[in-house]
Amino acid sequence: MSTNPYAVELKGVTFRRGERTIFDAIDLRIPRGRITAIMGPSGSGKTTLLRLIGAQLKPLSGEVWVADRNLPTLSRAELFDLRKQMGVLFQSGALFTDLDVFENVAFPLRVHTDLPDEMIRDIVLMKLQAVGLRGAVELMPDELSGGMRRRVALARAIALDPQILMYDEPFAGQDPVAMGVLVRLIRLLNDALGITSIVVSHDLAETASIADYIYIVGDGQVLAQGTPDELMQSDNPRVQQFMKGTADGPIPFHFPAADYASELLGGTDA
Amino acid sequence: MRRYSPLERVRLLGRAGLDVLAALGRSVIFLLHALLGRGGLREGFALLVRQLYSVGVLSLAIVVVSGIFIGMVLSLQGYSILSNYGSEQAVGQMIALTLLRELGPVVTALLFAGRAGSALAAEIGNMKATEQLSSLEMIGVDPLKYVIAPRLWAGFISLPLLTVIFSVVGIWGGAMVAIDWLGVYEGSFWSNMQSSVSFRADVLNGVIKSMVFAVVVTWIAVFQGYDCDPTSEGISRATTRTVVYASLAVLGLDFILTALMFGDF
Repeated sequence: MSTNPYAVELKGVTFRRGERTIFDAIDLRIPRGRITAIMGPSGSGKTTLLRLIGAQLKPLSGEVWVADRNLPTLSRAELFDLRKQMGVLFQSGALFTDLDVFENVAFPLRVHTDLPDEMIRDIVLMKLQAVGLRGAVELMPDELSGGMRRRVALARAIALDPQILMYDEPFAGQDPVAMGVLVRLIRLLNDALGITSIVVSHDLAETASIADYIYIVGDGQVLAQGTPDELMQSDNPRVQQFMKGTADGPIPFHFPAADYASELLGGTDA
Repeated sequence: MRRYSPLERVRLLGRAGLDVLAALGRSVIFLLHALLGRGGLREGFALLVRQLYSVGVLSLAIVVVSGIFIGMVLSLQGYSILSNYGSEQAVGQMIALTLLRELGPVVTALLFAGRAGSALAAEIGNMKATEQLSSLEMIGVDPLKYVIAPRLWAGFISLPLLTVIFSVVGIWGGAMVAIDWLGVYEGSFWSNMQSSVSFRADVLNGVIKSMVFAVVVTWIAVFQGYDCDPTSEGISRATTRTVVYASLAVLGLDFILTALMFGDF
């Protein structure tokens, strides 16, 4: 076990998409064994950040350290090897549509271990029990509701007992019951398995209720960081606007445009 | 609506040209990674068998039905022309040479692009849009090995076999029309065919053509799926492009291959 108190460290990471700079020399550290939330307005690059940590995207410059290895310097084969220590819960669940629930959860075990079938069966049932879906073991993904799909995907993500678990917008489009279940599950899995959890979300109340530490990103920078209480009491107007969800403030509601009155009255093409 | 200045249009044209070159480069790297990259999968053979079924076996019906009809039509047309010269006995030879050299490889490849190629592109595009490819990556499984390679090999293996089947049922359909319906003497139908068809020049060259088409069509299909925008419009564009690019590539390559194989210039 590493003595480094941080499971993930981003040092001076710059990432561009086309001519748009998503991150400009960003620094970020995710403490080991805790739940860290990455929040920010839509389009601020939260999911991009997860993909940088998962090495699905390569930064233009800077270092991304995961499990004490700098990802941009690793080969393709080394990356695939390292990813066995990470689990990701994608926004859509991303279950394999041609496999049933059992085979979806069993998939990582089948490709990465030599365990006998009986043991794989037991592990799959235990993981499904943890997310409350042991009874759905024979169903196909298209027979599940959105919330159930996400829970099966969570069971699959923890199948190999990863050290780092990333959640991409876990609460988006969930009904209140499913949301409550997910919030409890994330906390439970983190505490019971000692995983480092990274939650990317813009659902403020739910995320603040489980996160130990929050980063707010926007404009390619870390705008603020701290515990949920510290951020609630922050006097930074951008943080205040985000934490209170108001339209007026330094974070613009309108996409940049010419002056409204002159465009309407001028009658020329923009 | 945006309006572009003439200079801007030149810039956009250049941009489009560069995009095409970049896509070509990506597709070559993609192919090499999928076929030659290290780290084969234990379940590779099982994956290949499953793809051989969905790419090859499921294309069988359309290939067999088209083969029979094309053979029958060739027989009718050949008979009506050849009988003007009193040489309707040569209809067997005409059907066999047309099918083995040209129509077999080309039509099967076009049908394959429409049936299996579009399905491959749509399936892979959908896996991309629903993050299944990303999720494979994050589980530590290379999608190029798990999803792409078995589909490529299945296409490479299926199309030449389908081509042979197409030619065989085409000849059989042609024989049925010529002998049973038009009354061409059976002995001269088959013996003319036997004496004029050379295994190396006709059968083998046809199979070589179909191997080239198999690589090109399958490569285009899986690359279009893998490289598409992960949206519903992106998937439909990838499917259309697969059929259009693959059909044009097959026809263009057929001309080049025919010139190389049969042109004594």
